[in-house]
Amino acid sequence: MGILYHMGRYFILMNKVFSKPQRHKMYYKQALRELENLGINSIGIVAIISLFMGAVITIQTAYNTENPLIPAYLIGVAARDSILLEFSSTMVALILAGKVGSSISSEIGMMRVTEQIDALEIMGVNSAGYLILPKILSAMIFNPLLTLISMMVGISGGWMVGVFTGVITTEQYLLGIRYGFIPYYITYGIIKAVVFAFIITSIAAYNGYYVEGGAIEVGKSSTRAVVYSSIVILFFNLILTQMLLS
Amino acid sequence: MIELKNISKSFGDKLVLNDISIVFERGKTNLIIGESGSGKTVLLKSVVGLFQIDKGDIIYGDVLFTKLNTIEKREIRKEIGMLFQGGALFDSANVEENVMFPLSMFTELTFEEKRDRVNFCLQRVNLENANTLFPSELSGGMKKRVAIARAIALNPKYLFCDEPNSGLDPKTSIVIDNLIKEITEEFDITTLVNTHDMNSVMEIGDKVIFIHNGTKAWEGTKDDILLTNHDDLNDFIFASPMSQRLRKLLRN
Repeated sequence: MGILYHMGRYFILMNKVFSKPQRHKMYYKQALRELENLGINSIGIVAIISLFMGAVITIQTAYNTENPLIPAYLIGVAARDSILLEFSSTMVALILAGKVGSSISSEIGMMRVTEQIDALEIMGVNSAGYLILPKILSAMIFNPLLTLISMMVGISGGWMVGVFTGVITTEQYLLGIRYGFIPYYITYGIIKAVVFAFIITSIAAYNGYYVEGGAIEVGKSSTRAVVYSSIVILFFNLILTQMLLS
Repeated sequence: MIELKNISKSFGDKLVLNDISIVFERGKTNLIIGESGSGKTVLLKSVVGLFQIDKGDIIYGDVLFTKLNTIEKREIRKEIGMLFQGGALFDSANVEENVMFPLSMFTELTFEEKRDRVNFCLQRVNLENANTLFPSELSGGMKKRVAIARAIALNPKYLFCDEPNSGLDPKTSIVIDNLIKEITEEFDITTLVNTHDMNSVMEIGDKVIFIHNGTKAWEGTKDDILLTNHDDLNDFIFASPMSQRLRKLLRN
């Protein structure tokens, strides 16, 4: 019953969020602000994690394929496919669920407990639309870009570490990167990034919007936002993979 | 004018407001007083529609507010200004942006016109030259004054104040009280103030409603209040030993 209650309330909130904006200019300004908060400010963490993950994937693949019958360029193939298919969309989404999700939930939660949301409602503003829609749209626009950055940095990280440790040469790695490349994998990653961006922002916003109490409850809602959005991301990863790759 | 007709509100099994009927008059400062937990804030938030009432009618002018849908209620709310207990200023915006927010959201004014209006409102609450400060840089009294400036930015017909003096020293409380009173008379608005500060009652209470255990227990003016024989009201007003001595003096 609890799950049904939350799902019902979530869809009611989303109905409010996606109702016609009262003043486009104000929403647009808010969306630009969110692009910086949620998108540009996440480039650093995404790049660092992607670099190291790309490196680790390359080294692990190399040590697991130490066989003269397996050509070395396959390390590049495995690194590329792991990064494009799974890591840059799903892993980055899970990282962003922690960074962006907790930030959204605590920001909206604090606005709720300090009556700022009530103040918006009293002014006649659709608080859900004004606060949440720009966050959702900004994340849905910027997350695919973060995914592309992650793909590039991850593959580069694999190459750097591969060459530095001597497990693969530049030529072999580049051959592996190009070998049997399917461009659709990038589209697949971007589609997942858009869906995951919606999941992260909407679930975090839902948890923050309905906070009752004080600072402790805001903290709890923030934790809940990260946990629930991570679970839903994994679930939708399964569904999208089945739908888009089978 | 705002009229409440037999309104009731429960949270679960707990009846918080019980069959309350009141008329809040225009151009007057209407004070709702009562002990903590008596239902004052619930009453105020029910009147503005933040809480859905279970029974009764709320009428703004000649509009039956309780029968309106969400979008129609938003239209009425554009005529409402509200001062929240903690100010409820937007943390990420400075004073000017806070006061300008309703103007940007609901008017077609140019930026210069909006800034003129913001400066007028800030001047009205004696807060010139504070435009660039952020809420975290303001004192409690300044926050309340910015909140009042924001509340009057759109020339509201109705002003709601929830515990405007909470957390303020007596001197600043008088400034805020006088400001509310002056604005009410100057702009001829219907003002509802939720308070348990007896100084406010005696300073600005054109009409006073005493809420006790979720019911309207007494209604009168600030002049009537000191001479009333209502036991619960007297227990509330003359709770401190000093006020009890004052009462004896008055009676003698």
